[in-house]
Amino acid sequence: MSEVGKEGGAPLLEVTDLVKHFPIKRGILIDREVDQVRAVDGISFEVGRGETLGLVGESGSGKSTACRAVLQLIKPTSGSVRFEGREIAGLGRRQMRPLRRQMQMIFQDPYASLNPRKRVGQIVGDPLKRQGVASGSELRRQVQELLERVGLSSEHYNRFPHEFSGGQRQRIGIARALSLKPKLVICDEPVSALDVSIQAQIVNLLDDLQDEFGLAYLFVAHDIGIVRHISDRIAVMNEGKIVEQGTADQVCETPKDEYTKKLLAAVPIPDPRESRERTKA
Amino acid sequence: MSAPLLSVKDLRVGFATEDGVVQAVDGVSFDLRPGEVVAIVGESGSGKSVTAQTLIGLTRANNARIEGSVKLGGEELTSAGDAEMRKLRGEQVAMIFQDPMTSFNPVYRLGDQIVEAIRAHRPDTSKKQGRQRVVELFEAVGIPDAERRVDDYPHEFSGGMRQRAMIAMALALEPEVLIADEPTTALDVTIQAQILGLIEDLNQEHNLATILITHDLGVVAEVADRVLVMYAGKVVEEGTLDEIFYDPQHPYTWGLLGSLTRLDRPRPHRLPQIAGSPPSLLDLPEGCPFRPRCPHEFSKCPECPGLEARLPDSSDHRDRCWLTPAEKREKRMVEGQIGLEAPRGVGQA
Repeated sequence: MSEVGKEGGAPLLEVTDLVKHFPIKRGILIDREVDQVRAVDGISFEVGRGETLGLVGESGSGKSTACRAVLQLIKPTSGSVRFEGREIAGLGRRQMRPLRRQMQMIFQDPYASLNPRKRVGQIVGDPLKRQGVASGSELRRQVQELLERVGLSSEHYNRFPHEFSGGQRQRIGIARALSLKPKLVICDEPVSALDVSIQAQIVNLLDDLQDEFGLAYLFVAHDIGIVRHISDRIAVMNEGKIVEQGTADQVCETPKDEYTKKLLAAVPIPDPRESRERTKA
Repeated sequence: MSAPLLSVKDLRVGFATEDGVVQAVDGVSFDLRPGEVVAIVGESGSGKSVTAQTLIGLTRANNARIEGSVKLGGEELTSAGDAEMRKLRGEQVAMIFQDPMTSFNPVYRLGDQIVEAIRAHRPDTSKKQGRQRVVELFEAVGIPDAERRVDDYPHEFSGGMRQRAMIAMALALEPEVLIADEPTTALDVTIQAQILGLIEDLNQEHNLATILITHDLGVVAEVADRVLVMYAGKVVEEGTLDEIFYDPQHPYTWGLLGSLTRLDRPRPHRLPQIAGSPPSLLDLPEGCPFRPRCPHEFSKCPECPGLEARLPDSSDHRDRCWLTPAEKREKRMVEGQIGLEAPRGVGQA
């Protein structure tokens, strides 16, 4: 695990009272707002440089909406998102573009997040091209280097996504996210669509890349075991709010909040004797 | 020990495709007794779901070749006609699926769908009686306010409640065997715990025999009595729950156990991992299918070992690995725990 880096003043990402409400509308000609879905209801957290913050919660707890609102992929209803001390909540697409270099995302479904008609080289190289970082043979060289870094081979440059397994596709997604050497990577359930034997490979890869590039992760997942493994600190979300926040071991070993306790108690223990003990208790 | 209810012998299922024959299931045998939970564990492509589906005749496509024997209470199912199978499904063997969102017809009320299934098998049941039965079933599986909920549409149910409704439908005709294919994979952990508890209660109270298909060893530890570990269409190891968890014999099982994250233990520096990825069924390696990923491969591995009992004290604990039990005990320990190998740097797969 990397050091919690707060030296250098402001944390890398500072989210304060972030709110995202979705209106529920009724009516045919005149849309009336009848109610709101409080998907994210005033959450605050920080991610330091090179640090991993795990965000856990069940489906519908608002963790994915929170990610999107942080990245300004959806406009937050209110609240503040500061990146390296600079307010980014409410910035438009154009204003966000230079910042996108610094904050990238890895998605859950490696089958849906890669364009099936583009070659791997194009997929991974596109961010570099669009941001004007590299072009021509230099672009190709950088992409091939990235592919090798994430455990693929430089010969994969001209292949299409369908030629790869789920784990390999997720590696392509990781290479794309890292191509611009971001400071923050938001990982939204990056391993939940993968087979168990592949999950550990991807988690270890993310770990290594963090050490190598000094990345900070906002790691979102419902699997508490994986989140605890990779995170320095954990925030638990329920119904749009963060109910508990602390170091990974604190939250998992001495949870304070009732919901966190309930969540931890429901995780099956892969040990028949322990599991029998627990049933008896 | 009572006589087996369901007996599967050397089941082989192959599918002819444009690229060649895919042998999805390659010689699976097991017995299931009343009240027992047998878990079939494996990754995608291991053949666990195809095994389950073949048991109730869901893989009978034109390009499928099914060999071996599936006997339910003495009756052979692989050669049973479609009409016979239809009668048997629901009545004696029922199945619940992974995705409760797509397993119901969205435009019919839940109660009506279940009544329809009951009346298809028991035509003399009146609609009113059928509805009453569904209310009872909903209460039995813990759906609150059952009297009113039977008239709801599937979309009005949450994921967990929909899975309960599906279990209610599976139980409607009081089958002896329940096949649960990843029944909790799509659910949140708190809901998963409830559904697993429900399946356990049904086993104990109704002596229901269950085949649980899953990739999650945590789920297996909670409910299974016996475990079959599948890899590339073959059973690579089978044994009782405790044998599989505390004395695993096959390196693939070690890898699966090693890569689990455990909240009740200090976290390891790195997660033990299995290198590489599962093989394509069209292009299987010669010999042991796990050979290319196995760090303990040696000269005997190009020949595939049979599924045999290799331990002197347990005849029901079988595996497919050439290593001697003593070698296995030594090699499987990684940093004091069962795992496949000490994690190296990245760069596999």
